[in-house]
Amino acid sequence: MLARVWGCRGSIAAPGPDTVRYGGNTSCVEVRLESGHALVLDAGTGMRPLGVGMQDDLPDELHIMLTHLHMDHLQGLGFFRPLFAPNLDIHIWGPTSPVQHLAERIAMYLSPPLFPVRLEDLPSSLTFHDAPEEAVTIGSATIRAAKVTHQGPTVGYRIEENGRALVYLPDHEPSLGADLANVPVAWMSGHDLARDADVLLHDGQYRDHEYASHVGWGHSSIRDALEFANKADVEKLVLFHHDPYHTDDELEELLAEARGKWTGMEERVCLAAEGMTIRLDAGGVTFS
Amino acid sequence: MNEDLGTPGSPKSLPLILARELASNLATPMFLLDEGGMLVFYNDAAAMLLGKPFAELGEIPSGEFAQTLQLTTPAGEKIRRRDSPSGVAFYEQRPAHQRVMATAYSGVRRLYEATAYPLLGATGEMNGVVAVFWEVVPEEDEG
Repeated sequence: MLARVWGCRGSIAAPGPDTVRYGGNTSCVEVRLESGHALVLDAGTGMRPLGVGMQDDLPDELHIMLTHLHMDHLQGLGFFRPLFAPNLDIHIWGPTSPVQHLAERIAMYLSPPLFPVRLEDLPSSLTFHDAPEEAVTIGSATIRAAKVTHQGPTVGYRIEENGRALVYLPDHEPSLGADLANVPVAWMSGHDLARDADVLLHDGQYRDHEYASHVGWGHSSIRDALEFANKADVEKLVLFHHDPYHTDDELEELLAEARGKWTGMEERVCLAAEGMTIRLDAGGVTFS
Repeated sequence: MNEDLGTPGSPKSLPLILARELASNLATPMFLLDEGGMLVFYNDAAAMLLGKPFAELGEIPSGEFAQTLQLTTPAGEKIRRRDSPSGVAFYEQRPAHQRVMATAYSGVRRLYEATAYPLLGATGEMNGVVAVFWEVVPEEDEG
């Protein structure tokens, strides 16, 4: 599979001269499977440029996998051009709710006054699904979701193909109410999903000194992201969901802080950046 | 002892994980059963009630829990497991409340108000049971 990051900013888009190297668009990752199927992880503002690139080469079947419905993970949906392609088969997956179907919740955004076009008026063929807590097969991959600790119903996704696993947990606060170092792994939010992943895209929004004033906001400190990845025996950790107030220079300070905590394993942690591609195949994992 | 931090064990559902974190931060005795009825956690306050810490006893299969914490009515009549608040919450998937006498490992007996409720997930799936015990101090018991 080939993954491409189209947006890795958290909370709100943050374009400008200070965010050029890592990008200002919010969460969106394209995953192309060997079978030709296309997955899109989250519908943040990075989805707009993805749609521009995709409109001339539409896949037969497209799967949009939403971790949750906060605006930074949904705002790009209305500007995703394939949504306006007549009869294109699009499947939208998302977390369950005890009160409203996924389509009804998304329609709260894709309807006036927040958006001029109603969800029901889109020309593409939309099918809505609960995020699959039992593995499902899409093309050449198996995909599984699990509920994780964040504010409101939220899931993460694990995509496996040819023995390689990519795990996506962009919004996650596994240490809420506990010190991760002392939590048995069976009791750790997201651990079963992330275990032994080749690549983990994980929330790394706060530097350690910032986290103390953001406990309960649903995001991770660098220390907790590293502890989580270490306990899950992840091969490569990609810090994701960058704080909108962090400039490129500050993100690089954050990375240095992270690598300082993983002495001897510095190359196993990096920062997500718009345009980053990750190829996972039988030969291994390649970043570019 | 099942508190090996590195052993994957059986992954717990998110509602149970969040309930455990809540319990860990409270001074009220709290027990957690999983969806199969296994006692999977109790907090430090509950350890004082039982007389042994969770780190020592670990997870306890459903059939053995009645021997770990013996419950009677205040008059001393034995309460069947399925009639206890946690039993009702588990088997009937509804909340239950009862005044009970609990006997700890040490043999000390104390009176409690016990409340239990099922942890039903977003799609109604059973995740387990939370049972909370409030000790009845003599002043409260007057009348």
